[in-house]
Amino acid sequence: MIEVDVTRTVGAFVLKVAFSNNHGITALFGQSGSGKSLTISLIAGLSRPDEGRIVLDGQVLVDTKAHIFVPPYRRRIGFVFQDSHLFPHLSVRQNLMFGRWFAPRNERGIAFDSVVETLGIGHLLKRRPARLSGGERQRVAIGRALLACPKLLLMDEPFAALDLQRRLQILPLIERLRDEFKIPIVYVSHALEEVVRLAGYVVVLEGGTVKAAGDPGEVFGPSAVQSAESRFDRSTVLTMQVGGEDEGYGLTELLHPAGTIWLAGPAGDRGSKVRIMVHATDVTLSAVQPRNLSVRSVLEGQVREVETEGALASVEIALNGGGRLFAMATRRAIDDLGLKPGDPVFALVKTVALDERTVGQLQP
Amino acid sequence: MGILTDLSPEEWTAIWLSLRIAVVAMLASLPFGVLCAYALARWNFPGKMIFNGIIHMPLVLPPVVTGFILLLLFGRRGTFGPFLADLGIVLSFRWTGAALACAVMGFPLMVRAIRLSFESIDQRLEHAAGSLGAGPFWTFILISLPLAMPGIVVGAILSFARSLGEFGATITFVSNIPGQTQTISAAIYTYTQVPGGDLGAMRLTVVSIIIALSTLIASELIQQRANQRVASFE
Repeated sequence: MIEVDVTRTVGAFVLKVAFSNNHGITALFGQSGSGKSLTISLIAGLSRPDEGRIVLDGQVLVDTKAHIFVPPYRRRIGFVFQDSHLFPHLSVRQNLMFGRWFAPRNERGIAFDSVVETLGIGHLLKRRPARLSGGERQRVAIGRALLACPKLLLMDEPFAALDLQRRLQILPLIERLRDEFKIPIVYVSHALEEVVRLAGYVVVLEGGTVKAAGDPGEVFGPSAVQSAESRFDRSTVLTMQVGGEDEGYGLTELLHPAGTIWLAGPAGDRGSKVRIMVHATDVTLSAVQPRNLSVRSVLEGQVREVETEGALASVEIALNGGGRLFAMATRRAIDDLGLKPGDPVFALVKTVALDERTVGQLQP
Repeated sequence: MGILTDLSPEEWTAIWLSLRIAVVAMLASLPFGVLCAYALARWNFPGKMIFNGIIHMPLVLPPVVTGFILLLLFGRRGTFGPFLADLGIVLSFRWTGAALACAVMGFPLMVRAIRLSFESIDQRLEHAAGSLGAGPFWTFILISLPLAMPGIVVGAILSFARSLGEFGATITFVSNIPGQTQTISAAIYTYTQVPGGDLGAMRLTVVSIIIALSTLIASELIQQRANQRVASFE
């Protein structure tokens, strides 16, 4: 359980953040300059709040009123930095073992071998950090933080320096950390896809204050995304259930009361819940049940609202069985179809438009 | 090579004394040098400028003045002299005093080199060590010190080299006593003051050049190795 309630002023910037989360991954989400990194460094103890309290599992780390400030090295909070900050003069094995020396003997619950295996870094142990690729370094950095057996793991945009391919490889690892090692994680990111995929709880920061907090499905539901600047940013987060697999074609069925979405690639165990993010520009609307199309993923619902702006129209659809979805089309197309609130509608989602980065298993 | 076999026992004594004084001065001042360098690189404290100024004083003061101040402080009737004498440490007119003079003269060079290498360490590595549970002491021992090693080696060599060249402060503080405080420099000076001493001065000059060249070559080799290690970090 992490409880944060702090204020801190740096120059003209005022950070005033309060949130708490019980388990799983807490994401701090926001643009650069929103105060994410400052918040995380306050939790780590690298900076002091002007006022406030931070409590981790009942232990008071900071309380300005009671003049309590636990120094960073006594907090047992692991930190994975943006660029790995591995110790250059030590081998990978020595880097990994570093924190272990300082963890109390009876609290070294996380086994070396299982971390090395989970992260796939067994073949790197004898190397120096200089001889590692960016992705390897970040995996070693995660392992190093884990093996100190921390009570909380802080990750400050740990994959910002990696290309998309590497991110895709590492994201499932974070899910495994959450599920296998049961360590609460505070994850800082400005990548919406990562947050939607990983987080059980999201804190949206803007200009130093909390703009929204809660389940990503709710926070990034229609109401919150409406403020998005461009039509390409407008998207919807849907929670779906994993169904069957079509192994011959490498497709996975994602089930929703309103219909089925076929996903290219695996999505996890059958029956488990996943979240996907659908961009409004990737949704096509049809007034009749579509046939003979290359698009196979169809969700049924009713038009809830049509909003027009210039040549464009944004259609909000109430999906059958709950949930909402946004679709973006030209105003003329909507007029031609004659869509108005209350009409039944079929929303077509292009399978290939679904970013597999956004598809991750929710915590069981 | 004839020159080396012609060296008199007194000259050999001066050579060994010079080397011993330089090594002892370097080793004894190294821990203090590292500490002062780290304090200057990483800590903010009141009077830091003045502290820094005092450390650098021997670099800008005439060596004779430094030697005279040492005499005032550590001489037999100096401020700390009697107290140290009670502890069994006598510095004035002893080779230990010469080592102290050399250490003081080499100190600013040593601290400068080490301070630079501490400052070049990415402070976030030290933060990372803290997040892994290492307190300030262990972070210093396990992270800062090893990463500053190239600078520490350079600082030590600079101090050693400065000791070999030291003359003014030493002769002022501990005089020029054969077998006790007469280093190579002092011995050459003595030779130049007596008629017919040119040959002796020449012999010791050759020895000086040999020592200086060996030191330079050794330091170059050590530096190359240190740089290779640092390069392999990047």
